[in-house]
Amino acid sequence: MLVACVALPLVGAALTWWLRRGEVGVGAAALALIAAAVLPLGRGDGWWHEVDLAWAPAIRLDFALSVDGVSWPLVVLTALLGLLCCVHNARSGGSPTLTALLLAVQGASTAVFLADNLVLFFIAFEAVLLPMWAVVHRYGIDETRRHAAAKFALFTIAGSLLMATGLFVAAADAGTADLGAIIAGGGVSEGVSLLVFALLALGFAVKAPLWPLHSWLPDAHTAAPTVGSVLLAGVLLKLGTYGLIRVAGGIAPDGAADAAPVLAVLAAAGIVVASLVCLGQGELKRLIAYSSVGHMGFVVLAFATGTEAGVRAALFANLAHGLITPLLFFLAGAVKERTRTGRLAELGGLRVAAPALAGLLGFASLASLGLPGLAGFWGEAFTVYAAAERGGAWFALAAVAAVGAFLTAAYLLRMLKHVSHGAPTAAVAGIGGLSVGEAAVWAPLVAATLALGLAPGPVLDLFATGVL
Amino acid sequence: MDFIAWALVALPAAAGLGGLLLRRREHAAWLGVGTPAAALVCAVVAAFGNPAAAFTLADFGSVRVSAALDLSPTAVAVAIASALVSTLVQLYSVAYLREDARYVPFAAQVNLFCAAMLLVVCADDLVFLLIGWEVMGACSYLLIAHYAKLPAAPGAAAKAFLVTRFGDVGFVLGVMVLGVSAGTFRIGEIEVSSAVAAVSMLLILFGCVGKSAQFPLQVWLPPAMAGPTPVSALIHAATMVAAGAYVLTRLLPVWPEGLLLVVAVVAAVGMVGAGVCAFAATDVKGVLAWSTISQVGFMFAAVAVSAADTALFHLLAHAAFKALLFLTAGVVIALAGTDGSLATTRLRPRSAPLAFWSVTIGLAAMSGLPPLGGFYSKEAVLGAAYEAGTPAGVVVFWAGVVASIVTAAYSARLWLLLFWRGGPRARLAAPRAEAVGLWTLAVATVGTGALYYAGPLRVPELHLDLMALMLIATAGGLYVVADSWWRDRARDPNRLLGRAKGAFALGLYGEALATGAARGAARVASGAARVLDEQLVDRAAVEGSARATVAAGRGAALGHRGGLARHLRLSAAGTLLVAAVAIGVSLWT
Repeated sequence: MLVACVALPLVGAALTWWLRRGEVGVGAAALALIAAAVLPLGRGDGWWHEVDLAWAPAIRLDFALSVDGVSWPLVVLTALLGLLCCVHNARSGGSPTLTALLLAVQGASTAVFLADNLVLFFIAFEAVLLPMWAVVHRYGIDETRRHAAAKFALFTIAGSLLMATGLFVAAADAGTADLGAIIAGGGVSEGVSLLVFALLALGFAVKAPLWPLHSWLPDAHTAAPTVGSVLLAGVLLKLGTYGLIRVAGGIAPDGAADAAPVLAVLAAAGIVVASLVCLGQGELKRLIAYSSVGHMGFVVLAFATGTEAGVRAALFANLAHGLITPLLFFLAGAVKERTRTGRLAELGGLRVAAPALAGLLGFASLASLGLPGLAGFWGEAFTVYAAAERGGAWFALAAVAAVGAFLTAAYLLRMLKHVSHGAPTAAVAGIGGLSVGEAAVWAPLVAATLALGLAPGPVLDLFATGVL
Repeated sequence: MDFIAWALVALPAAAGLGGLLLRRREHAAWLGVGTPAAALVCAVVAAFGNPAAAFTLADFGSVRVSAALDLSPTAVAVAIASALVSTLVQLYSVAYLREDARYVPFAAQVNLFCAAMLLVVCADDLVFLLIGWEVMGACSYLLIAHYAKLPAAPGAAAKAFLVTRFGDVGFVLGVMVLGVSAGTFRIGEIEVSSAVAAVSMLLILFGCVGKSAQFPLQVWLPPAMAGPTPVSALIHAATMVAAGAYVLTRLLPVWPEGLLLVVAVVAAVGMVGAGVCAFAATDVKGVLAWSTISQVGFMFAAVAVSAADTALFHLLAHAAFKALLFLTAGVVIALAGTDGSLATTRLRPRSAPLAFWSVTIGLAAMSGLPPLGGFYSKEAVLGAAYEAGTPAGVVVFWAGVVASIVTAAYSARLWLLLFWRGGPRARLAAPRAEAVGLWTLAVATVGTGALYYAGPLRVPELHLDLMALMLIATAGGLYVVADSWWRDRARDPNRLLGRAKGAFALGLYGEALATGAARGAARVASGAARVLDEQLVDRAAVEGSARATVAAGRGAALGHRGGLARHLRLSAAGTLLVAAVAIGVSLWT
């Protein structure tokens, strides 16, 4: 099943591209989701299942996959978003090549989440980049797509080269590239720990993105097609935070503890700066993109605290962001597609013109601003808890995070005021309401946001059993 | 019995979420009225068993969040009030919004609001309570923004949500600090050192001040009247605004004694200041909105002298008379056919007797005339302050006496302006669904005094001397207004405030100042952040490094262009350089 999770999307991608039929891709994505969903069968604590095949022993590369309570929710999230994107693309008459690229991103990302070998992890991490670059470069908005795609690719490659160095230093130091074994052995030796962590963290910080290494994100999101933005926000950013928490934190725990204050301050700065930029932002997708920077700031801050509660809050906020922000991007895409504009100044009165769409936008905004009872709350509230738990100067960071949550509410309400309220503007008047197909694509995200918000316990318990 | 506790919160929550998906108006109306009524039944049943239930909702390792409900007798009393007012508000709305196209989501949102309040009332875990606390804020946002055509509505709604959420920055921090040091969020189990208690309770007080619209976060409440009148009744009477005072009473055991003076000052400013603003306000709902701030100040006053049950007593009495007053205000404005401005809204007592008697009873209760509920509860507050013998007690006692004078004055002014300046002669009747609400609440307003004699609340005995003082204060307020009225019936008694009346009617410009300051700060901060982020980080550092790389590449490429002679020269220079370095190094070693 582990292999199926990775292979199904990749085979689906090849078939879709070859047969030029989007339905094939939808089928493959659906099968992959089923494969991911049945992974918990027969699980125990620690790694649930493992696959380990020798590939190129000379460079310590094994085809080693394993799954546990930390990676499984992300695998399911990836499979779900992949399926929804394929359905959306097939329904809106998008190109089968785009579906194939989306499946390739999905397959490679799944491999990143499942990889139990550092070299395999690196290969999969890089493999995500190419199809994503192609999605932005080829299917983006005409004026900016080339520039945005180049910026995205160069930025990420620069980061991942540093990361690769870190991975190889770690593998050389530990004498093995088996991720689980290094974590179980307490990480790399103390001498290189900070170096390894710093190199890895730089690479992951670009991807996450951590302020001030984030500036590729707004451009890429604004230029990317809707499905591209959804996968960027829901899956690609998760590669960075997953890597930071699992890989960097796992194999260099001493370095993580040393570097924590730096990470935490940058994360807190990111929360505030991104929120303030959002307050003055005039473009819908750019605003949501910047909001991602703020949300990922919460994840990194929670991880940096290093406490048990902090790590769980980080993992939870990570997952919640992967549900809520894709929903926001789907909705922003729907609004832009109907009105042909994403400028807040030209939008207005959506509540009158398309009540259901405006209602969903309101729901997603409330979820994004961390309304208790929805998924966004638990991770961010307990980021504040974890920072307060460290005491001392960390309490100031807790306060900054709490103020950041307030600013998040401020800019999202400002966005709603521009988009939903008032009288319908020329661009909004007469647009179509919510279609059944759209509702079907978005319903799983809405349902999962509610479910995680009302019952966070099971997922948190899964995180508790994970290999960290 | 635990089942009843869950049903009390879950029924309206489920109906609220499910109701958003409904299409037909009749279904929404049935669900809207039926669910709070069912919750009311649950609350009444719960009064016989006081169930408590808990399970772990989220386990963060060092601390866990429990979904814990504890229906203590006092919680049940508040829950009954909330559910009753919600039921009547829903019933009233069926008639009030009979021509409104957005009634279906409205009814669902009111149910969600009711569920959130019931959760706050019954929760025994601070983080669990926070769910209800903030969902209530979000519902208030949705409900205040209900009228799509009212230009002021979205701004007022956003203001209500943002100001309360600004308070919640403190509330969340305070809750987390308590959780960190106590190792639990269960209200009954919190035991912390007095330093931690001081910090966390001041932070939590800030959140409660925001929710209860007390000074200095009162700015959201007056504009919130942009919502439909039943929503105002809901927000002002038994829910949102009361929630702040309620949570303070729950956490009273944690408060360090010495810091209660802070609560006393907040209460005193609110009671007196908002009362004067109510006296100056120029429209019906404005008077009622400011009066709410003043009356919630009385609840804070009781908290300041550690009299939790007394605060709840006034909360219940206020729930009855304020819901009555707001719902009647809606009827009065509709019958008079105006926008609610006091200059134009007028009715004859004979043309609308139900409205007249409802307003009369409500205002009499608010000014504390015996034997109505407001009399008992206000006397209890003053009595508790009198008995406390602390500095906080002295502050709130005298502020309470002054506030009683002011309350009587603004109540009398509203009553005189509404009913004794003529008006249409024809007999006007309110729709039956609205009338039911008025009748029920009028009975409740008269009857809440009975809680003094029997019920779950432990309140101070009536003091004869205090009763006399309070009645004298009330009579004084009435006399001042009546005197002004007899002298010149054509003029509004608020001329007593002289030139300051305009400023007081606008809440001493607090709202305008706060809005301006917030907008200005947001603009400056966001501009600075954009310069930092978009110009310095992105344009200069990131794209600049890309440009520098490209330029360096061009420069290097330029160096590789040129004829044979140039390459030869470069090669020779390079050879010489290498040779020189090699010789230098060998000499050195």
